[in-house]
Amino acid sequence: MDLSYTAQEDEFRARLREWLGKVLPTLPVKPSPDDWPGRRAYDLGWQRMLYDAGYADVHWDASPTTRLIFLEETEKAGAPYVGANFVGLLHAGPTIAAEGTPEQRERWLPPVLRGDEVWCQGFSEPDAGSDLAALRTRAWRDGDDYVVTGSKIWTSHAEVADWCELLVRTDADAPKHRGISWLAMPMSAAGITVRPLRTLAGSAEFAEVFLDEVRVPVGNRVGDENDGWRVTMVTLSFERGTAFVGEVVACRRVLGELAVEARRNGRWDDPVLRRQLGRLNAEFRALWRLTQWNVSEAEASGGVPGVGGSVFKLRYSHARQELYDAAADVLGPDSLDLERAWVLDRLSSLSYTIAAGTSQIQQNIVAERILGLPKGR
Amino acid sequence: MRFQLTDEQKALRAVVRDVIGRSSAAGVWGLVAQFPAPLIDRGFWRALGELGVFSLRLPEVDGGAGLGLPEAVLVFEELGWALVPGPLVATHLAAGVVPGAATGETVVAAADGSLVEWLDEADVVLPGAEGAVALRSVDPLTPLHRVPAPGRTDPVAVLLTAAEQLGTAARVCELAVQHARTREQFGQAIGGFQAVKHLCAQSLVRVEVARAAVYAAAVTGDVVDIAAARVLADEAAVRGARDCLQVHGGMGFTWESEVHLHLKRAWVRARRGGGNTESEELLAADLLAGVAWRGACLR
Ligand SMILES: Cc1cc2nc3c(=O)[nH]c(=O)nc-3n(C[C@H](O)[C@H](O)[C@H](O)COP(=O)(O)OP(=O)(O)OC[C@H]3O[C@@H](n4cnc5c(N)ncnc54)[C@H](O)[C@@H]3O)c2cc1C
Repeated sequence: MDLSYTAQEDEFRARLREWLGKVLPTLPVKPSPDDWPGRRAYDLGWQRMLYDAGYADVHWDASPTTRLIFLEETEKAGAPYVGANFVGLLHAGPTIAAEGTPEQRERWLPPVLRGDEVWCQGFSEPDAGSDLAALRTRAWRDGDDYVVTGSKIWTSHAEVADWCELLVRTDADAPKHRGISWLAMPMSAAGITVRPLRTLAGSAEFAEVFLDEVRVPVGNRVGDENDGWRVTMVTLSFERGTAFVGEVVACRRVLGELAVEARRNGRWDDPVLRRQLGRLNAEFRALWRLTQWNVSEAEASGGVPGVGGSVFKLRYSHARQELYDAAADVLGPDSLDLERAWVLDRLSSLSYTIAAGTSQIQQNIVAERILGLPKGR
Repeated sequence: MRFQLTDEQKALRAVVRDVIGRSSAAGVWGLVAQFPAPLIDRGFWRALGELGVFSLRLPEVDGGAGLGLPEAVLVFEELGWALVPGPLVATHLAAGVVPGAATGETVVAAADGSLVEWLDEADVVLPGAEGAVALRSVDPLTPLHRVPAPGRTDPVAVLLTAAEQLGTAARVCELAVQHARTREQFGQAIGGFQAVKHLCAQSLVRVEVARAAVYAAAVTGDVVDIAAARVLADEAAVRGARDCLQVHGGMGFTWESEVHLHLKRAWVRARRGGGNTESEELLAADLLAGVAWRGACLR
């Protein structure tokens, strides 16, 4: 068990820190949450800077430890989040890298790395959420195209995306997991209607996407026809693996700020609150260690994260909600004022136990795939 | 960074598991039968000494194995798993200080907080046990005395206790899963019911979180890391044992089931060093020290 880094890794960290110190002050002002074109431009601009400096492919090509260092340092320095690049960099990109043909990799990966193109994820449907394999959006073959009709929902960044990683049903008669294919759909195609949905936090973070006879070239299919479920599992394992590294670092910073604020406003004298903050310190320290443990494990096993990601996600999503509940205790009545720091974060923390597989589904996964308990109701 | 067990550490764990796993399973029930005045099996204590349980961190010139806290934590996790009775932490800490402690010739007890475990069976009590009064111990496998002047608690004792709690947490998770797989109601294994399944899943999550915290604290030896390990391992053991009891139904409430022995031991250990309060306060103070997310702590 070794928590120290190699000389090479330390050097990577030092170089990155130096670069961040140089470029972060030159960034433009962050656009407001409702300014979608502005957000797209800002997020892509940041990705372009990473590309020019040689850090663009850290999510794919670097070792898990290097990736960990990258995510840790960028977060500590206050660098922008992946934002609109999330699906391209952490989801569709890794999937295409693992499952795509050489031509597909050549077509789609460089624009993601360069910060030219944004992807969104069209998996969930009104009647297929937790039961994703029940999806009904249909795709028929017509010559060299698929013709796609159906609807998707909760599609984050749909309004500003160039591409959508789309799950469609290509065989309606096969068992539900065996009739699904994975397509890259250009968002500019005819027949796509995007209707933004407002979240409880007030901004339009995701959308409904209606598909009416949208033509997608057969060459845009990644993986074999009807093999999309397996391809999807590759994608989901990435999402549940290292996706939260930066956030754990951020939560630890917020926790320190909460303590300072509590001391300032007198709430620190309440031993119940103080000890709750102490427990959260234990919690996020442990989540950081668990991240290091999982990264070391991935390193040893060749890179692909395993079901251990479900264990992490279950605990982390809950801890994040507890953190912002503690923030509300520190703020007192101000916790009801949307202008105050942490209040919007508290609202958005509510999505963590739902998005990317609800906590109930994650518990099923842990119980069935790790503990070997019987499947069932 | 390679935060995984080395091959040597895995081998050490296997050896310990082999020796204590088998002998204590039988031994524990014999001891429960001696309740309320259990005795320490001196032969077994010496066997633990031979295994290196007490001496492992002593330098080789002093008859130890020259190993560190990570190895000690792995060994104490196994001791906790197997419910091994006796003042293990106190005797381990006395190795090299009290003659015979390292080899298992001497049984050493210690005042920890305001309690002393195994006072009557100990050859030596540190720092002393004046005015000690016997309690009717809730744990049939840990006789207890109260002492008037609270003793100081060594952070290493806190860490090794956390390791024992981790072992208990892992064990009760296994017991719950075993029972959930085999016990049938309504025509199916109860582990197929989500309410039961989710108790087991949460139990495992607590084990994995506590494990990361305990192992990391053993590597860094940092007092704040140790406090974090303690808080999480206590939670994993106590909550895990209670959920395990729940999964066992009426059987879990019986004296014959081993579940209550794990819960009671976890309760005893959770009281060491005056309970969780001190650790939580330390963790809170650390937030204001402003080092929580910087430098060494993240490495
Ligand atoms: C902020 C946010 C962003 C998102 N972004 C995207 C995106 O970009 N692309 C995309 O495709 N999707 C996205 N999603 C969708 C997300 O993946 C789904 O919301 C999620 O999988 C749950 O599906 P559902 O909403 O249909 O809820 P349901 O599946 O209807 O679940 C409702 C409740 O029932 C419970 N439940 C359901 N089945 C079971 C079961 N078998 N056992 C126990 N309990 C069960 C659930 O845990 C939940 O509590 C996003 C969601 C959110 C909140």
